Amino acid sequence: MSGDQARSHTGERLFVLLAALAVALPLLVLLFLVLAVGHEGAGRLSFDFLTSYPSRHAERAGILPGLVGSLWLMVLTAVIALPLGVGAAIHLEEYGRRSRLSRFIEVNIANLAGVPSIVYGLLGLGLFVRTLHMGRSVLAGACTLALLVLPMVVLVSREALRTVPLSLREAAYALGATRLQTIRHVVLPMAYPGILTGAILALARAIGETAPLVVVGALTYVTFVPDGLDAPFTALPIQIFNWVSRPQSAFVVDAAAGIVVLLVTMLLLNGVAIYLRNRLQKKIS
Amino acid sequence: MTLNSTPPPRPSPIKLNVDGVRAWFGTNRVLHGVDLPIAERSVTAIIGPSGCGKSTLIRCLNRMHELSEGARSEGSITLDGKDIYSREVDPVLLRRRVGMVFQKPNPFPSMSVRDNVLAGLRLTGSLDRTRADDVVEKALRDAALWDEVKDRLGAPGLGLSGGQQQRLCIARSLAVSPEVLLMDEPCSALDPSATSRIEDLIHALRATYTIAIVTHHMQQAARVSDYTAFLLSGDLVEFSETNRLFTSPRDSRTEDYITGKFG
Repeated sequence: MSGDQARSHTGERLFVLLAALAVALPLLVLLFLVLAVGHEGAGRLSFDFLTSYPSRHAERAGILPGLVGSLWLMVLTAVIALPLGVGAAIHLEEYGRRSRLSRFIEVNIANLAGVPSIVYGLLGLGLFVRTLHMGRSVLAGACTLALLVLPMVVLVSREALRTVPLSLREAAYALGATRLQTIRHVVLPMAYPGILTGAILALARAIGETAPLVVVGALTYVTFVPDGLDAPFTALPIQIFNWVSRPQSAFVVDAAAGIVVLLVTMLLLNGVAIYLRNRLQKKIS
Repeated sequence: MTLNSTPPPRPSPIKLNVDGVRAWFGTNRVLHGVDLPIAERSVTAIIGPSGCGKSTLIRCLNRMHELSEGARSEGSITLDGKDIYSREVDPVLLRRRVGMVFQKPNPFPSMSVRDNVLAGLRLTGSLDRTRADDVVEKALRDAALWDEVKDRLGAPGLGLSGGQQQRLCIARSLAVSPEVLLMDEPCSALDPSATSRIEDLIHALRATYTIAIVTHHMQQAARVSDYTAFLLSGDLVEFSETNRLFTSPRDSRTEDYITGKFG
């Protein structure tokens, strides 16, 4: 008996150790990446780097068009994907009857979330750039990214809606609330933190996407920032890719600095999301 | 000259009449044709062992049953003589006349005490702001909660004790001024002292509202109700005045149940 217990204790310790290792390893890799990139790009990181346009001279090149382009893309993608995704989730979760069709849709949304991004890029090229005549514009890029993150937004939003207990919906119905009133005033407010978390994860994925933007025709060397929905554009990852592929080693430093900018932008985005979520959660509990 | 010193209770008019109601969950029939008159301004208790269909029956009375996946019902239920399942009746409007209190207290977690009381009016967009304070005070007084919470109306509803939360839920139901109040085992999650406060409250509310209460607790039914219905496996076994049902049941199954032989 005590031997068994001792053994299970050893097993327990081993498991905790393995779990800790599983946490430490990715953290170390990430730390190494940030340090290496930060070290390499430190020389180029400055306010000028953020506010300058690309240049043939590595030491004068800046990331402004990529940064502004990425911000445009983020805002537009959010504006397009969030209402659509949350709306679809509400329909599927709150109005949809459990039927064969709804299960089929469910499975396919999960599948869509796994489709490689290059495929979305080709879809965007065919649908938005050509058929809908949006051209190689920032809008076409945002629409493509919105399609890309939509399945994820739907899945996460449904999950968030599902966590709202039935007892609260029933409380609202019993007070004479309609379905819409119940969703708007009881279900959605409780699901917001979860939806928000999902939205941010989705946007964080979108900001790092390169392949679909290349396909829809994002430029790689831009000396202006987008001035409208129909303007050509570039994005941070594309600019970085462009620099890395240059033969001159000085551009690699620019790329490293660009990566730092990309990472910081993403972390800021996540930070804002976490702040908002905590504030919403505090209001609820 | 009569032998009885107390006059027989004046029969009150029927507020809700249940006639031959059958109800299903999917293909599983849980009510097999129940008839039950619910008298105005009185308390009708529905007792029976777990799974006898008493919750389903009460949920048919405000058309909450049909909200469950695959649930349906047949038969007639009338409120003031009008069929509540007829095509012209909007279940949403019906539920404002027939309120419901649930087994577990379920105040809205994101709302303060005050906002919980006003939730029904707010949700349905029928709140008159100038009257809000009066509505809150009246509903909380009627629910015997005012004195305990009047200094912390802005505090979250979930911060109250279980018994207070349940009275808050009752206040929330009263705030939309229903005519009927349905209570689905309202004390099953509460301790004895909180339970007795709710029972006192039910007594007080009887003067204004028609109340139907589901309970698995026979003493509770005996204490709070005027009429009692005994339900067994989806059939109504016996219905009569509470006194008579508990002292001289007509059906042997009722007797076995109230004497604790099963259930």
